[in-house]
Amino acid sequence: MKYHRHEHDGHRMPSDPALQVQALESLLVEKGLVDPAALDALVEAYEHRIGTHNGARVIARAWTDAPYRQRLLADATAAVAELGFGGLQGEHMVAVENTPAVHNLVVCTLCSCYPYPLLGLPPVWYKSAAYRSRAVIDPRGVLREFGLELPAGTQVRVWDSTAELRYLVLPQRPEGTRDMTEEQLASLVTRDAMIGVAVVQLPPPRSER
Amino acid sequence: MNGVHDMGGMHGMGPIQPEHDEPVFHHRWESRVFALMRAMGAFGRWNIDASRHQRELIPPADQLRMSYYERWLAGLSELLVRHGFASAEELASGKALASATPAVSMMPVLSTMPVLPAMPVPPAMAISPASPALRAPDVPAFIAHGSPSSRDPSAPPRFLPGQRVRARNLNPIGHTRLPRYVRGKSGIVDRVHGAFVFPDTNAHFLGESPQHVYSIRFEAQELWGHDSVSGDAVYVDLWEDYLDAE
Repeated sequence: MKYHRHEHDGHRMPSDPALQVQALESLLVEKGLVDPAALDALVEAYEHRIGTHNGARVIARAWTDAPYRQRLLADATAAVAELGFGGLQGEHMVAVENTPAVHNLVVCTLCSCYPYPLLGLPPVWYKSAAYRSRAVIDPRGVLREFGLELPAGTQVRVWDSTAELRYLVLPQRPEGTRDMTEEQLASLVTRDAMIGVAVVQLPPPRSER
Repeated sequence: MNGVHDMGGMHGMGPIQPEHDEPVFHHRWESRVFALMRAMGAFGRWNIDASRHQRELIPPADQLRMSYYERWLAGLSELLVRHGFASAEELASGKALASATPAVSMMPVLSTMPVLPAMPVPPAMAISPASPALRAPDVPAFIAHGSPSSRDPSAPPRFLPGQRVRARNLNPIGHTRLPRYVRGKSGIVDRVHGAFVFPDTNAHFLGESPQHVYSIRFEAQELWGHDSVSGDAVYVDLWEDYLDAE
């Protein structure tokens, strides 16, 4: 256990954030400002309920239902609400569509803005200085780092989430999925594809695994 | 403010390090900080712009050294003191003090955190019994409603899709969401998002001053020069006061 002496108050304060947070929580509970069960409920929501599978459902619906795709691109907030998604950090949504000609990539250079209701909480790399600094100046280099080499002639559009709009990339539907159900399609859609650092791919055939 | 949080276009930050099967939280304390931030934010004593600005005020070397949730913890602790939820002494001891008064001075929340510059705060208020703590049964509705920041516009948009605009060269010492890399650059209005709370005033409790937000398309070559790929572009959401017509 590490402690750091603070000269001004003579107290020994934990420099370990775990101890600090524990002390903070117990203080706020003691003051009646925080209900620990509410904290549990918030954590549970993002650990177990709200995550990438929500976004994947939206994408699969857009791939299988052309009018839905149109509504999603025209007013993503309303379209995702049709599937029951919205709210905290997804109050105002925009969907951007990948095509053979255009590849979209989402970043927040100023902090960590991310569409919680569809993708859950952002991964560490999305919030990292490395990604935030480079996504806007060298998006193709960033994509290459994720193993994605874009075909020549594909233009890159980077969406910097500087305001309260939250962006979702609508990836291209992979070839060879014509017979798949909406549910099967949703299982192919990854978080990275909905941020734009990957494309959606079919899993390799069983014999190659 | 021209802070280190405004990272677009910087070099030297190293490789991106994706983690396979990343957990939502890496440590339990991270999840508690996340939830505490939300639960205390639910009192409405501050707003999202103020909480972002609080983290921007962490000195730059510390910002870069600290982990994401360490920055949240530092920002939350400052907000709690500034807005009268707890005194510096209470945060330091972890115990409620009967005599505690909202502290005006900064407190050493993290060992790495020196004194921050002053920020305007609203007058200290007593904790109102009319705004009870967020309870577990309220959490689903709290998440489902979120905190929309769109507002009814008081005027029609000044700019229209397709119009050429230039981002103003503004360098406010307070909070702004105009990134440095687009200041002075020319772009095209891609779409009008409607009116939204203006962070530059809202972060400082100077009013919501809603105004239109536009998605502006900047050509990569306009931003980064001719070594960039022609046809690539960056779209940035900018408030009306950040823009001039060209």
